[in-house]
Amino acid sequence: MQSSLLQLIIIQFKTFAREPEVIFWSLLFPILMAWGLGMAFNKENESVITIMQVKNDQYPDPSFRKFMETATEIKNINSPDGKAKERDVTIQGLGTTHYKVIDGTWEQAYVLLKRGVVNLVLEERTEGLQFHFDPKSGEAKASYLQFSSILKGKQDDLAQAMIKPLSQKGTRYIDFLIPGLIAMGLMMSTMWGISYSLIEKRSKKLLRRLVATPMSKSSFMVSQFVARFVLCAIEALVLYLFAKYFFDMTIEGNIPALITLFCAGFFAFCGIALLLASRTSNTFVGNGIINVVVMPMMLLSGIYFSYHNFPDAVIPYIQALPLTMIADGIRGVFLEGAGWAELVKPILILSTIGMVTFVSGLKVFKWY
Amino acid sequence: MHPIVKVSNVIKHFKDVKAVDGIDLEMQQGEFLALLGPNGAGKTTLVEMIEGIQQPDSGEILIDGKHWAGHAKELHHLIGLSLQETHFIEKVTVKETLKLFASFYDLPKTRVEEVLELVNLREKQKAFVDKLSGGQKQRLALGIAMLNKAKLLLLDEPTTGLDPTARREMWNILMRLREEHKISLILTSHYMEEAEYLCERIVILDKGKILAQGTLSEILTANNFHEIIEFSFKEKDVNVDFIRNSGLGRIDLDDKTLKYKLFVSDIVVQLPTLLSLVKLNGFSMKSLECHKMTLDDLFIEMTGRRLDQ
Ligand SMILES: Nc1ncnc2c1ncn2[C@@H]1O[C@H](COP(=O)(O)OP(=O)(O)O)[C@@H](O)[C@H]1O
Ligand SMILES: [Mg+2]
Repeated sequence: MQSSLLQLIIIQFKTFAREPEVIFWSLLFPILMAWGLGMAFNKENESVITIMQVKNDQYPDPSFRKFMETATEIKNINSPDGKAKERDVTIQGLGTTHYKVIDGTWEQAYVLLKRGVVNLVLEERTEGLQFHFDPKSGEAKASYLQFSSILKGKQDDLAQAMIKPLSQKGTRYIDFLIPGLIAMGLMMSTMWGISYSLIEKRSKKLLRRLVATPMSKSSFMVSQFVARFVLCAIEALVLYLFAKYFFDMTIEGNIPALITLFCAGFFAFCGIALLLASRTSNTFVGNGIINVVVMPMMLLSGIYFSYHNFPDAVIPYIQALPLTMIADGIRGVFLEGAGWAELVKPILILSTIGMVTFVSGLKVFKWY
Repeated sequence: MHPIVKVSNVIKHFKDVKAVDGIDLEMQQGEFLALLGPNGAGKTTLVEMIEGIQQPDSGEILIDGKHWAGHAKELHHLIGLSLQETHFIEKVTVKETLKLFASFYDLPKTRVEEVLELVNLREKQKAFVDKLSGGQKQRLALGIAMLNKAKLLLLDEPTTGLDPTARREMWNILMRLREEHKISLILTSHYMEEAEYLCERIVILDKGKILAQGTLSEILTANNFHEIIEFSFKEKDVNVDFIRNSGLGRIDLDDKTLKYKLFVSDIVVQLPTLLSLVKLNGFSMKSLECHKMTLDDLFIEMTGRRLDQ
């Protein structure tokens, strides 16, 4: 008869294979997400600026009226009367901007501002054309600058600026996203897969039953980790292959270093998962505990958007999060050609986190 | 030869509950012992301390002459057990579950096949655990307990919640075990018939203490008033003080059946007296039956509560 470790691992794999949701959430879902987000942010030249105009026929603004002359009427669900006008303006180097202009009153403008449909409101007044927008919003500011230049007939100035479009591989959004998704998949898969299933086994008294046999406790833990590691590795590989064939992504840096980083990250998350699952036998409590750890990392670690938008003071803390270390490390290898030199530090830190949490988790682990 | 289980003055508290409150128990090899008691009596706590799953606050437990401390590996091989409630891994089949547990004991494949036969799960060997009926789940748990041919088997409420057929099937398996092997069994239950049928020795537990123990007849005859006359009157609201004061024995009214129960030492002697007393007081009986006391009656007599409540 096979050894108990092998049996435990086989059982783990069988339960994965027999739960179709596992396959969906761990393999298909990340790909759908990458595909969806990758496509959404990869659309070329399609930039749209929606503007609300509060007309005043007593004080028409000549430049604005002239701009609107060549605009064509369209249907628009956001507009109070269901109609709007559109006009495309192409500037060399900036591509085509699609302007949509909605007619309405100030009250209507406020509603659309609040809903985020428009971020720029034009008002014709005695003293001339007024622009209303939130100066704290970068997007609104950009809309204002671009549109006011066009009205002033200075669109050539915009084009004359030295514009070099970035379309090089490694600088697209998908390039940023894929390493983040790989890192996040690793975290989600270990935290939910290991933590939650341990807590569930405790709540169902299965752990108690298992340790009332001569089964070795370490074999049991190892079986959980080995099975999960294989699943994580497949998950990451599938995501990478998808990005490679669909978005033409390549790995620039050192692959052995990348694999080591991945393993260290896995180890760190395993340790954390074990520690989180070490005491409670209530799956609801477990759910909460896991969320408390997973959520902040998901939001802060720069998976979908760079964490450099956060205040400088908190960035060092963000960078100390395990998920950030893994995501940044993978990004470094994928995009910047990083190798051992850059990865040694995160690898060591992650391994240490793994070691400490693993040992302390095992020490306080409640089998009964 | 030392006893297979020896429990000496074991106490276990949970916050302010005394789950097990000073229990002494000795069990010889080959004995079948039932721990009988209502919910919360402390059966699970006591059994799990014997299994090494929980630790007593004080007192001593010896299995085959050994403490759990320092002999865990050995004792795990010596005992087989089923917990009051275990959910095995859902999407794993019966046979795979048995194989997994067999691997912990280094057992050959043939043992899994044997056990499948022993617990009548051959037909269900390929069924996922979460698709089994209550009785089948309990038989799987029993099968796992039997895998390693343990000297000592501990089963915590193996038939609770099962219908009579499933319970009967479980009993048959256990009876066969009793006939074929020289094993010892501790079984907890709150069914009197189960304890009577399967075990030669019965220990009645309530609130962490032993109320009575011995063979069924020992327990019942230890009580002087171990025969019961059960009756009701045609008349309504009869004041039975005339019986209560007659010295015949203790009389209780069963709220459910609205029948009186008179606990007597010998029906042959006391029944005629009762009948003439009733006649003398001008009442007439609607129903009358006599039977020997059961464990249920005994438990009610001692605690005022029912065993299977
Ligand atoms: N882990 C625990 N924490 C707190 N109280 C417990 C625990 N286990 C058992 N008890 C209490 O100890 C008493 C005995 O419980 P138990 O041994 O399960 O009884 P039984 O198995 O006879 O129904 C009950 O009052 C129960 O509430
Ligand atoms: Mg119990």
